[in-house]
Amino acid sequence: MFVTNLEVVPGKTIVKHFGLVQGSTVRAKHVGRDIMASLKNIFGGELKGYTELLQESREEAVNRMKKQAEVLGANAVLNVRFSTSSVTQGAAELFAYGTAVVIE
Amino acid sequence: MIDLFAFLCFLVLGFGFGRYAESQHYKSIIKREKLFINLPAIPIKTPFPSEFPQSTALVSGNVVISIDFFKKFLSGLRLIVGGRLKSYESLVDRARREAILRMKEEAHQLGAEMVLNVKLETSSISKGSKGKIGSVEVLAYGTAIIPASAVSRF
Repeated sequence: MFVTNLEVVPGKTIVKHFGLVQGSTVRAKHVGRDIMASLKNIFGGELKGYTELLQESREEAVNRMKKQAEVLGANAVLNVRFSTSSVTQGAAELFAYGTAVVIE
Repeated sequence: MIDLFAFLCFLVLGFGFGRYAESQHYKSIIKREKLFINLPAIPIKTPFPSEFPQSTALVSGNVVISIDFFKKFLSGLRLIVGGRLKSYESLVDRARREAILRMKEEAHQLGAEMVLNVKLETSSISKGSKGKIGSVEVLAYGTAIIPASAVSRF
């Protein structure tokens, strides 16, 4: 599966188009990380726990998007965008979407 | 009385550690930015026609940075009179530069020569929660253009 956020694939042509595919995941931070984060809030600096959490969640969202594209029979996802929103207290929704296509 | 003592203690700790962390972070950012000066990250959408990249890959970098207690207190004071919140300005500046650098590091490992269609996204993950952790998350992502010479290496 080919994933890019360009609108074209250099050197290849798009032969079929399946429309929008998407993947999302909602994650909550766990209490331990939250306590560490509030400690860090006094000293300042990077919240590594959160960074990792968000990175993992984003990979999960991309994987779900890829799976959806695979089901449609696509071999590439173009123009991928990421978006984050907070749906409820202490949880974040990570969302990835793109266009599923077949390239040759 | 104990509350006041704890408050002052946090203020001093925040001032000391926060300042140190920020100056160290800026030093490291400037150093790494110089290192990756030959790997441009630009927001154009189509590769130059003169180039025929062998391969492309989606690369991303993210970072969550928190503000320190002292700056949070200062910005609380600033909210009364209004104006520029300098403490938050440097926070988001650091976060954006760090995210771009992490994206570039990933691209560099793949042997890329540039990163196209760079997008930056900023969000606050603890918005609305009770404890209100003053932090900002920045995600930078783009497409790494990997030349043929780098592909054959792997």
